[in-house]
Amino acid sequence: MITFQKYVKAENLEEAYTLNQSKNNKIVGGMLWMRLSTANYNTVIDLSGLGLDKIEENETCFKIGAMVTLRALETNKSLNDYTNNAVSTALKDIIGVQFRNLATVGGTIWGRYGFSDVLTVLLTLDTYVELYKGGTVSLAEFASMKYDRDIITNIIINKKACKCVYDSVRIQRTDFPVLTCAVSRLDGEYRIAVGARPAKARLYGDDEAVLASGITNESAALFAEKLAKQVPTYSNNRGSAAYRSQLVKVLTERNLIKLGGLM
Amino acid sequence: MDITLTLNGKKITDQIDPDLTLFDYLRSKNCYSVKCGCETSNCGLCTVFFDETPVLSCSVLAVRANGHKITTLEGLQDEASEFIGFIADQGADQCGFCNPGFVMNTIALLRENPDPTDDEIRQFLAGNLCRCSGYEGQLRGIRTFLDSKKSR
Ligand SMILES: Cc1cc2nc3c(=O)[nH]c(=O)nc-3n(C[C@H](O)[C@H](O)[C@H](O)COP(=O)(O)OP(=O)(O)OC[C@H]3O[C@@H](n4cnc5c(N)ncnc54)[C@H](O)[C@@H]3O)c2cc1C
Ligand code: FES
Ligand code: FES
Repeated sequence: MITFQKYVKAENLEEAYTLNQSKNNKIVGGMLWMRLSTANYNTVIDLSGLGLDKIEENETCFKIGAMVTLRALETNKSLNDYTNNAVSTALKDIIGVQFRNLATVGGTIWGRYGFSDVLTVLLTLDTYVELYKGGTVSLAEFASMKYDRDIITNIIINKKACKCVYDSVRIQRTDFPVLTCAVSRLDGEYRIAVGARPAKARLYGDDEAVLASGITNESAALFAEKLAKQVPTYSNNRGSAAYRSQLVKVLTERNLIKLGGLM
Repeated sequence: MDITLTLNGKKITDQIDPDLTLFDYLRSKNCYSVKCGCETSNCGLCTVFFDETPVLSCSVLAVRANGHKITTLEGLQDEASEFIGFIADQGADQCGFCNPGFVMNTIALLRENPDPTDDEIRQFLAGNLCRCSGYEGQLRGIRTFLDSKKSR
């Protein structure tokens, strides 16, 4: 468990940002990931008094505060209607309800974890990360940025004509995923994200126009086979690289077939 | 740091270290139903209600409870007594260590969804680990309780 000498519930973002510039201080989200470390900090900075725990929606986007919990995302009807329940499917096996009532969207996206179900599904939507000082950057760009001392304030999902499907393979429910895969069609454009390779989720498109004339059983199989050759996979105690590449093929094909309404 | 919270219906004020977990705080207040099985946010044994929401007390800072209502199984004996007999009748528990966390989260489930399907029960209770049983006994117990309520 982490230890620290001081706890500050920030009164505004500037105060939180200023405190966070010291290496001895640390922003706390749900604290679930942080608590696994044994680091000692001077000050822990809590953002929970800043109204960042709301999911707002208008005609053009969803705006999700950094302190929104994973459970709130999972149960948000509008977001799940928009994503055909892909978001709730991606979240439902992360430990348990009590865990998801604590884990925050900010801590999740900040971590850019290699096993992240959340990163995988959000990459296939038109998602942006709003940073206090660093402006608004696409999630794909954020995922490849270096860790700095900025603060995530909101996650923005722009609305488009959207259909999305998510699936993962786990050795057992609540365990880390062996592989994650999300596919979407946004305004006619296909996006495919593969994560838990076991490395950070990566976003792919239909660059060779395999799906240009629509999803059929054949085009889905061909696309999945090509993607499996392209996605770098590695081995760990949950599965070998070869097994994961096979999973890339199976999950991509299956998700595309679902996306095309063929299953 | 000073905190004021309502613990099992009683308002209390205390001085605590900033990095004290809610779990350690509750044990220091004699809430021994709250147990620690993992300390890695995995097992659900330490489940308490933060206001009305089930959370893992091992992973919450006690200072965050300031101004809130915390309820442990000690404060929910009546609600628990409605169904714990049904779980015991199925021989669901062996050592019983996981039981308080299970009971707390079952209360949360039934408040949110009074008539869950078996799959909804499995899904909601997935974060409560039991090292002795295969979960079937707990599921049968909850199902028998729900069926008996319907036939009443
Ligand atoms: C045991 C365990 C199992 C897990 N299994 C899965 C899984 O199967 N699938 C999955 O997708 N995820 C999984 N996760 C990750 C989890 O879902 C959360 O993503 C993770 O706990 C981080 O969220 P948090 O709110 O706890 O962040 P914290 O632990 O509080 O913070 C994490 C990091 O983010 C920083 N931070 C927090 N908020 C902000 C902000 N607003 N701006 C800038 N920096 C910030 C913190 O300083 C810290 O460096 C697991 C985590 C644990 C502990
Ligand atoms: S002790 Fe809190 S989840 Fe295991
Ligand atoms: S009965 Fe022993 S851990 Fe569940």
